Amino acid sequence: MNHWLTILTLVPFLGGIVIAGLGGERKNLIRGLALATSLVGLGGALCLWLHFDPKSGGLQFVEQIDWVPSLGIQYFLGVDGLGLLMVLLTAIVTPLAILASWRLDDRPHVYHALILWLQAGLFGTFTALNFFHWFLFWELGLIPAFFLIKLWGGPKRGPAATQFFIYTMFGSVALLFSFLALRLATGSFDFIELAALAKSGVLVTKLQAAFGWKSIGLIVFFGAFLGFAVKVPLIPFHTWLPAAYSEAPSPVTMLLTGVMSKMGAYGFLRILLPIFPDQIRQVLTPLLWLAVATIVLSACAAFAQKDLKRMLAYSSINHLGYCLLAMFAATAVATSVNNSDLQKAAALDGALLQMFNHGLTASALFLFVALLERRSGGLRGLDDFGGLRKIIPVFTGLMGISIFSSLGLPGLNGFVGEFLIFKGVFPLAPWAAAISSIGLLVTAIFLLTLIQRVFCGPLNERWAKMPDLTTAERFLVLPSIVLMFGLGIWPQFILGAVDATVMKLVQQLNF
Amino acid sequence: MLAWTIYITFFGVLVLMLLPRNNARAARIVALLTAIAGCVVAFVGSIQQANPGQVTTIVKVRWIAGIGANYYLAADGISLVLVVLTGLAAVSGILFSWNIEKRTKEFFAFYLALIGGVYGVFLSFDVLLLFVFYELTIIPKYFLIARWGSTRKEYGAMKLALYSFVGSHLVLIGLIAAWVVARGQLGHASLDLIELSKVHFSVGFQHWVFPLVFVGFAILAGIWPFHTWAPTGHVAAPTAGSMLLAGVVMKLGAYGCLRVAMVMFPEGMHEWQWAIAALAVAGIVYGAGVALVQRDFKFVIGYSSVSHMGFVLLGLATLNTIGLDGAVLQMFSHGIIAGLLFGVVGRMVYDRTHTRDFNDLETLQLGKLLPFAGVTFVIAGIASMGLPGFSGFVAEFQVLMGAWLVFPKLTILSGIGILIGVAYTLRAIQKGFYSDAPPKPVNHDHPMEPISIPERFGAVMLIGASLIIGLFPGLLMNWIEPCFNSPLSMFARLLVKGGSQ
Repeated sequence: MNHWLTILTLVPFLGGIVIAGLGGERKNLIRGLALATSLVGLGGALCLWLHFDPKSGGLQFVEQIDWVPSLGIQYFLGVDGLGLLMVLLTAIVTPLAILASWRLDDRPHVYHALILWLQAGLFGTFTALNFFHWFLFWELGLIPAFFLIKLWGGPKRGPAATQFFIYTMFGSVALLFSFLALRLATGSFDFIELAALAKSGVLVTKLQAAFGWKSIGLIVFFGAFLGFAVKVPLIPFHTWLPAAYSEAPSPVTMLLTGVMSKMGAYGFLRILLPIFPDQIRQVLTPLLWLAVATIVLSACAAFAQKDLKRMLAYSSINHLGYCLLAMFAATAVATSVNNSDLQKAAALDGALLQMFNHGLTASALFLFVALLERRSGGLRGLDDFGGLRKIIPVFTGLMGISIFSSLGLPGLNGFVGEFLIFKGVFPLAPWAAAISSIGLLVTAIFLLTLIQRVFCGPLNERWAKMPDLTTAERFLVLPSIVLMFGLGIWPQFILGAVDATVMKLVQQLNF
Repeated sequence: MLAWTIYITFFGVLVLMLLPRNNARAARIVALLTAIAGCVVAFVGSIQQANPGQVTTIVKVRWIAGIGANYYLAADGISLVLVVLTGLAAVSGILFSWNIEKRTKEFFAFYLALIGGVYGVFLSFDVLLLFVFYELTIIPKYFLIARWGSTRKEYGAMKLALYSFVGSHLVLIGLIAAWVVARGQLGHASLDLIELSKVHFSVGFQHWVFPLVFVGFAILAGIWPFHTWAPTGHVAAPTAGSMLLAGVVMKLGAYGCLRVAMVMFPEGMHEWQWAIAALAVAGIVYGAGVALVQRDFKFVIGYSSVSHMGFVLLGLATLNTIGLDGAVLQMFSHGIIAGLLFGVVGRMVYDRTHTRDFNDLETLQLGKLLPFAGVTFVIAGIASMGLPGFSGFVAEFQVLMGAWLVFPKLTILSGIGILIGVAYTLRAIQKGFYSDAPPKPVNHDHPMEPISIPERFGAVMLIGASLIIGLFPGLLMNWIEPCFNSPLSMFARLLVKGGSQ
C-alpha cells in the first residue's frame, strides 16, 4: 500500500506546526518556509497528476486501514479524476496566496501556519472517503479560515468571521445528523459503499426500516444538502459570503473563493449525487429553481455593488451556480434515451471544468484587487478609480484578461466550462437553461462596467503616480494568465483526466 | 491494585496534615507527588485489568454484617475510564493551583480528600460504601469553595452543599426502601450492587423509587432544572475547585444514575426514559442559551457544563449500547475539556487580570498579552464545540447516534444546543482574547506574569488527552463497550426493552 495522499496532507500540516513554532521575528525565513512547503505540495500534486491513470475512472492511490471498527470508521483515502483535480487546484492556489501576502508583517508565523493548515484541511477533504476523517478535515479547513478573517480582516471582520463560522457550522451540524442516520441504518460511513447501496435501492429501505418514517430518505438528504448548500453557497444560504469575502484579507479571499467554495461543490459531486440520486430527482424542480435563482439573482446583486470585492464575491456565487445547475440537471430522468447519457456527461464535464476554471480565475481576480489595494492604500470602491489604463497599462491588460476569462470569452478558460454546461443542460432542463442565460448577460454587463469605471474614462488625478506592476508582481500573476489561455485553447488537458470519472458518475445516476 | 488509588490519596492527606504550617513549597510537592502516584496507579491498574467487560473484584471484606454491608471494591470498564479521568484531573488541578499561597497545606489536604472520595465512589460496588464515599466528597468541596473561592463564595458553597445533601437524601430514602424490599426477596440483607441488580423489584415499586434515586444523583450531574448549583458553585470555587467540580464531581452524579439507579430499577428507567431525555435536551439547549448571554467569563463555562452534561444524561436515556457508550465517553471527555476551560479562565486569566467581566477583558486584548492562554482557550473551545479530532466529537457523536434511534425529534432539538454551543464559544473567544475594542494602554509598571511552567504542563496534558481520545477513541471504547455488550453484565436487563418481570 502506498501513502502518497497521507504524506501530501501531512506536509502542509507539519509545515504549519514548524512555522508556528518559529516565533514572529524571522519574517523572511517564515515566508520562505511557507512558500517552500506549499511548493512541495504543488510538486506532490503534479506527481500524482502524472502518475494518475486517466482511463480507469476508478479510485487510485487508495489507502484503507481499519481505525475504529466498532463505529464503522476506516482510514480510507483515494482520488479519482474529481478529487485529483481539486487537489491540483488547491496546490496551485495556495502558493499564489502565500506570495500575495508576502508583505504581511503582523504575526506572520501564525498567519502562514493558518494558511498551511487550511491547505491541509482542503487536501484532506478532497482525498478522504470515509465520513469520519472527511468531516475532521472539513472542519479543520473552517477554523483557520475563521481566524484568518478574524485576526487579519478589514474593519468589520469580527461579525463577518462569526457569521461565516456559525452559518457553516449550521450546515455542518445538519450534515452530521444525516450521516449519523445513514450510519445507523447501514452501519457504514464509507462514501463508496453508501453510493453502492443507493444504486441498488437498499439505502432507502434500510433507512425506513431503522426509523419507521416514510419520508426519512428526504429528511436525511435535506440535512446533507444544507451542509453543502451553505458552503457553495446556494441562494438563500449565501448571506455569509459577501461579508466574509470582502472582510477577509485578499490573499485569504483567494483561498476562500478559489478552493474553499469548491468544497461544497465537491461535496455535491462526491456525496449528494451518488448517495441521494433518488431524493434529488424527487425535488428536482425546486432544486433547479434554486440554482437558477442563484445564477440570476447573484449576477444582479453583483451589478448593484459599489465595492470591488463584494462585486467579485457575488460573481463567485454566480459562477458556482452554473456548476450546481449542471449537477442537478444531470440527475434528471432521461427523456430521449439515446443521447441523455451524453448530455449528462457534457453537463458534468462542464461542471468540473467550471470548478477548476473558477478557482483559477476568481483567485486571480482577487489577487489583482489585492495588488490594487496595495497601491491605493486599501481603497477598492468602484468609483474610487478611473482611467487607470493610461498609467498602469500592464496591470489593466492582465486584469482585463482575467475579467474576460471570468466573463466566458471564447479562447479563454471560462468559455469551455460554461459552454459544456449549457450544451448539457439545454436538452435536460430547457427552461432552467433558458432563464439562466440571463445570468450570462448580466455578468457581462457588470464586468464590463467594472472595466469601464476603473480603467477607462477620465483619469482620477489622485492616482496619477500609481506604479504599474513590478517584475515580481508580473511573475506572480503570470502562472494564472498562462493557465487561462492554456486551458481555453486546450481544455482536453483537464477533460481527458476527468472523463472516465464523469462517465462512471453518469452510470451511477442511471438506474 | 486500583484500590491503592484511594489509599495513596488519603495517605497524602495525612502527610500534608503533618507538614509544618508555613512550608507552602513542601505542601505543593507532596500534593503533586501524591496525585501523580494516584494517576500512575490508575493507569497501570486499568491497563492490567484483563477483562474490562466483567466486574473484577479488588477486595471484598465483611463490614457490617447486620445490614449486609461489605467493604467491596471492584472495577469494570466504566470504572476504569472514570478512575483514569480522576487521575488526570487530579494532577492537572494541582498544576493549575501551584500559585495558592493562602494556607497551602490545608488547601491541598482538602483537595486530595475530595479526590480520594471520588476514587472511592468509582470503585465501590457496595451501595453503602459508595454512598459513604459520595457523602465524603461534600465536605472538602464545601471548604474549598468557602475558604479559597471568589465572587460570593459563601453563597456558592452553601448552595452546592445544600443541593448535594438534598440529592443524597433522596437517594438514601430510595435505597432504604429498596434494601427492605430486597431483604424480603433474597431472604438476607444485602447491599451488594451486583446482587441487588438481580433482584426484581415490582414495577409499581420501581415506578416511584426510581425517580427518587435517579434525580437524587442527577442533581449532582446538573440535570435541568436542578442545575442552578453548578454555575454559581463553579464561579465561586477556586480554579482547582471548579476544575474538579466540573471535571469529576458532576461525573459522580451521572455515574450514580447509571451504576445505582438505572441498574437497580431498569423497569423504572424504561418508564421514565422519555421524561429524562426531555430534561436532558432542555438542559442542553437552556444551558447553551444562558451561556450565550453571560458577562462573566466563568459563568459561560459554568453553563456550558450544564449543557454538556445534558449529553451525558441524553446518552443514558437512550438505553441502547451506542448511546450508553457515548454517555460514558462524554463523561470522560467533558471532564478533560471543562477542566481545561476552567484552568484557562480561572488560573491563566483571572489570577492575572483580577477580572472576568467581558467588558473589561475586551479592552485588554489578552490574545496578544498572553498568547499561550489564547491558543489554549481556542483549542479547548474547539474541543468543547465538539469539532472532530477531539474527544467531545466521538462522544457526542455516539450519544446523538443512540438518540436518533429512540427520540429523533428531541435529537434534532439538541442540534440547536450544539449550534448555540458554537456561538457562545466563539463569543467567548472573541470577547475574552481577540477583541476589536480599542485597547487600554498597557500598564508597564505591573507587567503581566507570564504563563508558568506548571500551567503549561497542565494545559498540554489535558489537550493531549482530549486529542488522543478524539483520534483513537478505541483506547477507551475497548473498556466501555464490553460492559454494555455482554449479556451477563449488570446492564443487561437495562438494555432489553421491558425487562423480565
